[in-house]
Amino acid sequence: MTFFARIRLVTFVLILLGIAVAPLSAQKLGPDGAPNPDASVTDQRTLLDQAPRIQGRIDIPDVKASVLIQPMGRTWDYFHEVLLHWGGAIVIIGTIAVLALAYLIIGRIRIAAGRSGEKILRFKAFERFSHWLTAVSFVILGLTGLNVTFGKIVLLPLVGPEIFSEISEIAKYIHNFTSFAFVAGLVIIMVIFFRDNLLARVDFEWLRQGGGFIKNRHAPAGRFNLGEKMVYWLSVAAGIAVSASGFVLLFPFYGTNIADMQLAQAAHAIIALLFIALILAHIYIGTLGMEGAFEAMGTGEVDLNWAREHHDRWLAEQLEIEGARPSATPAE
Amino acid sequence: MARMKFLCDADRCIDCNACVTACKNENEVPWGINRRRVVTINDGKPGERSVSMACMHCTDAPCAAVCPVTCIYPTDDGIVLHNKDLCIGCGYCFYACPFGAPQYPKVGNFGSRGKMDKCTYCAGGGGSEAPGSAAEYAKYGSNRFGDGKLPLCAEMCSTKSLLAGDGDIIAQIYGERVRKRGYGSGAWGWETAYHEDIKL
Repeated sequence: MTFFARIRLVTFVLILLGIAVAPLSAQKLGPDGAPNPDASVTDQRTLLDQAPRIQGRIDIPDVKASVLIQPMGRTWDYFHEVLLHWGGAIVIIGTIAVLALAYLIIGRIRIAAGRSGEKILRFKAFERFSHWLTAVSFVILGLTGLNVTFGKIVLLPLVGPEIFSEISEIAKYIHNFTSFAFVAGLVIIMVIFFRDNLLARVDFEWLRQGGGFIKNRHAPAGRFNLGEKMVYWLSVAAGIAVSASGFVLLFPFYGTNIADMQLAQAAHAIIALLFIALILAHIYIGTLGMEGAFEAMGTGEVDLNWAREHHDRWLAEQLEIEGARPSATPAE
Repeated sequence: MARMKFLCDADRCIDCNACVTACKNENEVPWGINRRRVVTINDGKPGERSVSMACMHCTDAPCAAVCPVTCIYPTDDGIVLHNKDLCIGCGYCFYACPFGAPQYPKVGNFGSRGKMDKCTYCAGGGGSEAPGSAAEYAKYGSNRFGDGKLPLCAEMCSTKSLLAGDGDIIAQIYGERVRKRGYGSGAWGWETAYHEDIKL
């Protein structure tokens, strides 16, 4: 080999050796000079400071399994077992207590002028159907839903673990499938009662006159008074929220990760509990709380004096329409 | 009384998945259920570590607390067992578990996920079947613990990175290892699972 060829060869080998050895500079050494294999490792606490959960690479197709540690699970457990149990108990038992107090103090609100014996149509058949579809679904959903949170405290000691599991499993499926009836009913209610629930000037007058709770004052109202409008709007809002979060729960991990599922469950539970409290009050006033109220949704017809006392503007409109229409019955 | 725990020495784990294979074979785990899995943190980067994870058998197990039908419970040895006869497949234990241990046989739309399955520490099941019986094996997998043996995943670990046994003993083993070799990335998951950590 020529002299220059030899020099080229040696230089080439030295360059190769240099490239091969270069990564050694990346090796981190410990304080005593020995190599420290853990120098580049991010430890658990640092990883958890950077993100709420530690996630890595996994060989199996199940993406959920790539989460190594999610400490939020314990937080969600605390929320569900402590906060939700106490909060829910206070909200529901508190609402029942307040309603009981209302009944003891105010009592059943009577029709001041007494029944006239004459009726007027307030809710048509389709309107009543939509209400009862939603109402019955709500009660079923409420009871089966409450079983998930409170069943093991309230029902399990009574029936024992095997029967309680049977009941709970059936309740779970009933809850999941009845939800669709509820959503259908809610959508119908939202649409057909929308216009009559828009706020109007008369609602502030109703509020100023004490909403019918002060004996000697007359509170005017249209088809729905402010209280009823509040129930409508709160129900629509809560209904949409509970349906959306429930939908997420029905299809777990479709585009959601574990934090999303925990949030969906928390939202679903909190809103549902408040919704139950609202509906308990609604049921109270529609049954016990006010004479002449139930038949509006029951038969669809209400007493004229009841309508005059609680929905005078609506009654006036209805009578005007009826007066304008030629009479169906022949004159005697 | 011995308190059973798992410890995965992430500095020894080579992501060979022998633990996964051992568990699947020993317990005849059905398709799609992964009682044990190996997760690699910072894959391909300096400081890459692999950790083998299954049920940690936590102290104050959140899965047991959250279960609506109380089908999960800890034994005297600290092993968290569950009863598949009572399980209603609601999925709450998976939301509560910090380690993703509960597995379900089906996808789970409309609540159809089926009965929960998870690592049993090779200690059979929490149901009414006789320990070590064929009925117990069919439902929960092997019961090595009844024969005084430790879980197969740890026994089969090729590098002895996955340790199983009494918490104090495996903590001691790990501590000695760290002292001898001079480094250790910590007992992954111990703070969350057992509310304690190993001082290195």
